[in-house]
Amino acid sequence: MDLEQTARTGALRAEARAWLREHVPARPLPSLETEEGFAAHREWEALLHSGRWSAVSWPEEYGGRGADLFGWLAFEEEYWAAGAPGRVSQNGISLLAPTLLAHGTAEQRARVLGPMASGEVVWAQAWSEPEAGSDLAALRSRAVRTEGGWLLSGQKTWSSRAAFADRAFGIFRTDPGAAKPHQGLTYLMFGLRDTGVTVRPIGRLDGKPAFAEIFLDEVFVPDEDVIGEPGQGWHIAMSATGDERGLTLRAPGRFLAAADRLRELWREAGDPADTALRDRVADAVIGARAYRLFTAVSAARFAAGATLGPESSLNKVFWSRYDIALHETALDLLGPDAEVADTAWGEGYVFALAGPIYAGTNEIQRDIIAERLLGLPKGRR
Amino acid sequence: MRFLLTDEQREFGRSLDALLTAADTPAVLRAWAAGDHGPGRALWGRLADAGVFALAVPEAYGGVGPLPVEAAVACVELGRHAVPGPVAETLAAGVLLAGAGGPVAEEWLPGIASGAAVVSLTLEGYGPYAPDADAADAVFTVSGDELRLAPDPGEPSASADPARRLFRPEPGGAPVAKGPAIRAAVRAAGDWAAFATAALALGCGEELLRATVAYVKQRTQFGVPVGSFQAVKHRLADTLLGLEFARPLLYGAAVELASEVSRPGAGAGSAEGSPGAGAGSAEGSPGAGAAVAAAKVTAGEAGYAAARTALQLHGAIGYTEELDLAWWLRRARPLRDAWGTPSACRARVLAG
Repeated sequence: MDLEQTARTGALRAEARAWLREHVPARPLPSLETEEGFAAHREWEALLHSGRWSAVSWPEEYGGRGADLFGWLAFEEEYWAAGAPGRVSQNGISLLAPTLLAHGTAEQRARVLGPMASGEVVWAQAWSEPEAGSDLAALRSRAVRTEGGWLLSGQKTWSSRAAFADRAFGIFRTDPGAAKPHQGLTYLMFGLRDTGVTVRPIGRLDGKPAFAEIFLDEVFVPDEDVIGEPGQGWHIAMSATGDERGLTLRAPGRFLAAADRLRELWREAGDPADTALRDRVADAVIGARAYRLFTAVSAARFAAGATLGPESSLNKVFWSRYDIALHETALDLLGPDAEVADTAWGEGYVFALAGPIYAGTNEIQRDIIAERLLGLPKGRR
Repeated sequence: MRFLLTDEQREFGRSLDALLTAADTPAVLRAWAAGDHGPGRALWGRLADAGVFALAVPEAYGGVGPLPVEAAVACVELGRHAVPGPVAETLAAGVLLAGAGGPVAEEWLPGIASGAAVVSLTLEGYGPYAPDADAADAVFTVSGDELRLAPDPGEPSASADPARRLFRPEPGGAPVAKGPAIRAAVRAAGDWAAFATAALALGCGEELLRATVAYVKQRTQFGVPVGSFQAVKHRLADTLLGLEFARPLLYGAAVELASEVSRPGAGAGSAEGSPGAGAGSAEGSPGAGAAVAAAKVTAGEAGYAAARTALQLHGAIGYTEELDLAWWLRRARPLRDAWGTPSACRARVLAG
């Protein structure tokens, strides 16, 4: 049992550290949930891509570095420790790209991945619907067969990044007569500026348009933009959300860096007599370490051939709760200044508040933990 | 990086589990609590035969240690089965005496490794109690750079865990070793005592969760198992979450303890003021003391949370000594607080 990195991971880490030191903007970019900030983050993605750092785990032929999970984890540690910007392309890179690599055609990969890696095309996810949130299989948006493709109609909502993004991916009902709700669904991609698409930005709690509703009225999607076989959308999407909850949505490096900043804030602003607050700072430091090591176990199991199963629900509940506790602690350290909007801690806090809600609410995750890991009987939710 | 137990380490844990399952530890606990240490000492000997107490004793003294990963595996199993006696203290004594060296090490370490010697101790910077000193063959105390063999342990106080008895060794006693090596040995032994206690707490919590999951599947109300209710499920899910995130901290601490041993010029002797993250250690490494403290507070809190969950979800029957469950329920909080209270551990983590 060890935590030593291989020479290959060490070399990747060192190269990333050197590149980031030279290229990370000296001043934080404006919030990526604003038009100006979105554009600035898109430019940052292009710069990252020019150094071949935007998707290190992808194969080299698509602009990645073929890094294994350990390499990716090391890169993420360096990335967040360097204070680099948030990733406007995360939905595409961590959700759509693994789906395309697993289920897409060579033509789709060649066409989609390059512009995704450079930030030229930013992707939004179109999963939830007004009547299909935690119960995703209840979705109603339809894709009807037409010559050479499909016509999409319906409504998607809570679509992160959709206010300023270029394209979206999601699942749609193609066989309304299927016997079960999760059958007869198809996974496909469409343009957010295509004919028949209306995007209505939604202000999140702080007013920034971090997500949007998408209205679809007979939007044409050519067959080449269907991922996998029609009717297999649920299976394909679940393999993507498994990855999302599992390892790639919240890299431990992000929290290690945040806990380091919190510890610095404590040293600068903390009252040594306030041991209650001190204990919460310690818990943030401990939690970041726990999450890093938990992930190291998952990565080692994955490398040994295991698949990530319902354990990923433990991961999701942990980080989403942790992220809020960390930011609340920082705000408490700031005292009266915590109220000032648009600070790094304040924006991080607003972002963290959504964690227990999206990517499968924590209530659904606890059901999964109880039923699939502890073997408790199913009951009414 | 391969942050996983080897097949051999897993098999070691399974063999201890089998040994302890067959040993009827609740009966051993009842005897131990009544002052009859015979069955407990017999079990201790069998655990020693399986290699448990040799894990903290160096080869030069008849042991195989220090092997912190294996020690964690063993202590999780001992905690799961609520083995009575000064387990963490005896393992820590192995480290303390190995650091002290000299005649006292020659005298006691082979017996610790073989199971012939049960040892309790107190260390400066921790609580005043030497648990189960009445069952121990030796009780060690330390003041400054002097290691002493305590005289008569005196009268015990009862513990919240009826299978433990608390003794405050009298000051004095014969000095058995002296010098700067003692201070370093005390730091290393304190880390090991906290580390072993963290593993015991994790194992205790695992058993509490297992027993409670079994109970809520079988107990019915309103015509259905109470384990089908979401409020019950979610509490158990949170309990599992706490334990599962304590486990990697425990093994992370084991890796840190192992690397302190293997790092040339490091080890217990240079632990003072070492902020970790030093050359040669893994990226982001906090150093053994802070890593152990993180594991201790997290495993201690998770084990105690499991006890609270077990108590609540068993309902009234959990609040009695009718079930064997009571042994684990009463043990969780002493394990949380022994060898580093949560507050002390958190302060240690922030000290670096």
